[in-house]
Amino acid sequence: MTPANTPANMPAMTSASSSPARNGILLGLLSADPPRSRVLAILLLAILATLMATPFLIPGSQPIGTAAKICIFILLAASFDLLLGYTGIVSFAHTMFFGIGGYGIAIALSRLGATWTSVAIGLIAALALSAVLAFIIGLVSLRVRAIFFSMITLAVASAMLVLASQLSGFTGGEDGLSFQLPPELRPAFRVLADPVLGIPINGRLLAYYLILFVSLGMFLLLLRIVNSPFGRVLQAIRENEFRAEALGYRVVAYRIAASVIAALAATVAGALLALWLRYNGPDTTLSFSIMIDVLLMVVIGGMGTLYGSVIGATLFVLAQSYLQVLMASVSGSLTAVPLLASITHPDRWLLWLGILFVTSVYAFPGGIVGRLRRE
Amino acid sequence: MNASAANTHGGDLPRTPRDWVPLLLVPALIGVAAPLFGDLSSWVTLTTAGLAMGMMIFLMASGLTLVFGLMDVINFGHGVFISLGAYATLLVLGPLAAWGEADSLALNLGLLGLCILAAMAVTAAVGALFERVIVRPVYGSHLKQILVTVGGLIVAEQLIHALWGASPITVALPQTLRGAFVFGDVAIERYRVIAVVIGLAVFGIMHLVLNRTRIGLLIRAGVENAEMVEALGYRIRRLFVSVFVVGSALAGLGGVMWAFYRQTLTAGMGMDVMVLVFIVIIIGGLGSIGGCFVGSLLIALTANYVGFLAPKLALVSNILVMALVLIWRPQGLFPVNRQ
Repeated sequence: MTPANTPANMPAMTSASSSPARNGILLGLLSADPPRSRVLAILLLAILATLMATPFLIPGSQPIGTAAKICIFILLAASFDLLLGYTGIVSFAHTMFFGIGGYGIAIALSRLGATWTSVAIGLIAALALSAVLAFIIGLVSLRVRAIFFSMITLAVASAMLVLASQLSGFTGGEDGLSFQLPPELRPAFRVLADPVLGIPINGRLLAYYLILFVSLGMFLLLLRIVNSPFGRVLQAIRENEFRAEALGYRVVAYRIAASVIAALAATVAGALLALWLRYNGPDTTLSFSIMIDVLLMVVIGGMGTLYGSVIGATLFVLAQSYLQVLMASVSGSLTAVPLLASITHPDRWLLWLGILFVTSVYAFPGGIVGRLRRE
Repeated sequence: MNASAANTHGGDLPRTPRDWVPLLLVPALIGVAAPLFGDLSSWVTLTTAGLAMGMMIFLMASGLTLVFGLMDVINFGHGVFISLGAYATLLVLGPLAAWGEADSLALNLGLLGLCILAAMAVTAAVGALFERVIVRPVYGSHLKQILVTVGGLIVAEQLIHALWGASPITVALPQTLRGAFVFGDVAIERYRVIAVVIGLAVFGIMHLVLNRTRIGLLIRAGVENAEMVEALGYRIRRLFVSVFVVGSALAGLGGVMWAFYRQTLTAGMGMDVMVLVFIVIIIGGLGSIGGCFVGSLLIALTANYVGFLAPKLALVSNILVMALVLIWRPQGLFPVNRQ
């Protein structure tokens, strides 16, 4: 692997990464795929540092919840980017795998008791189910033409959503499942007797750091995968399917493999979300609106580069939490103008993100990261 | 059934053989289902319900499959036209509410007709705009088409929320269209009969236009080989825009029918039914009108039968039907050969 390998849709950048040997270990961690833009690098470091320090920087339960959500959605968006940006296929079933992860944990912990063994059993069962489903869907749809994949994943995902709400004896139906966590992750569990910097070091904090480090580890693993020879083949398929096939690569096999890997990563993300919320239901992990959210994150952040998912997911979750406040104030000042007031109503925040999404597909297909790298 | 189904490999003078097997699936399904129901009445009721629903799905799906066949464009935002058509009925139902309450078949049908006209006009206009603004810049790239049309879907759904409010709106069927025709112990809802009649009429007109007119000839030729049609001096772009507009208007028509069927309007109603629409056009073969028709009936009948016999499996049954069809014919019932 050489760092000179750049995806074809992005111009090679040399200015920002002029020290090839200095950060050997760091480059190794990033799989020789550095941000290649000073602004981007600073942004990523700032996000990482803030996430690391959130519990101590901004006390309170809402900021730490937002931070955990950011970690989980970075992982979810990055795994979706493996399909969308690197392989060039659009799946609408990504939240299905996200949901399977959540339900795996929820069902195992509520049935088998709040132990680490149940967490392991639930996670493994969910991973196995996701892998099998992703494999079958890929086999049925990708064999014919890639466009079938989008429609079939949409159909299967909506069937799964209905199933999850119908089989209420198993999944808790519309209400979902609430459950107890293993003792070490409960707020009552004390790691240290005394608070550090005024913050009690309890199980909740432990759960946050578990989520942070698992997400980080999975992200680096995905980075490793997209920069491996396997990842290069995926990019070749994205750029020109026929040429990749002519070079002797089994396009279908590679696409199916990519969709299975993405599904597994999404399952882990779903499991993490369930662990954080101590709850899982159709609306938190399975719903179609989360699928749209993930699509927006990846495209606005930048397709075809995992760093785009970091930026996209962070921006999106922050927007979800704080944009509505801003819009409420704008809308409040526009009450005299009927239509303007209703399109700036806080509930219409998705309208503005949708417009941003469409313009970003046209005007800057590389998303925010593509933009930053061009400067 | 139609010429887009009869493929042209070989191209010799003898007519290519017609593919009858998929056509037998619908009667076969209806026949097989009969013994599963103890009594005649529920079988008849469910069959008419299935046929009515199938016709509505066909209306919504036909435009999408033609657009795909002609220009290789997949519009994930098609559901917006369904929702928009449904909401457009409010433009008529508001001022003419009295027509719906009147106990006169003529006034009631007139109201339904006006709703349909208004919906088709609105969706045709929005369709033209959608084609110009959203779809035109992304010809040739499926990935971008999917992304951009999903983006268009989000924006349009939010605009519907902004214009008509986010809460569901109920619409009432016109007075004389409510209730059912009763023959002995068999009851058939009146509105379903109307849906079947309208669906069959549209299918008949489409069939005639595609097979008996010059413009239909060009569309069919465009599905087979767009570049050749263009090379012969026809403006395939103009043809495509008109097909897109007509397809949107048909989705609007389907939306009106669907709205009166469900009697509730939500901005997401189009997207909900799009799942069925996608299954239908995959089963039928992307680009095939005949396949779309057969697929709609198959899916709707299965959904109704299974919904009665094993309610929890209704939506899963559609996936199962799709999987079976794709195992049998990976390109759909009537594969469309593209050059």
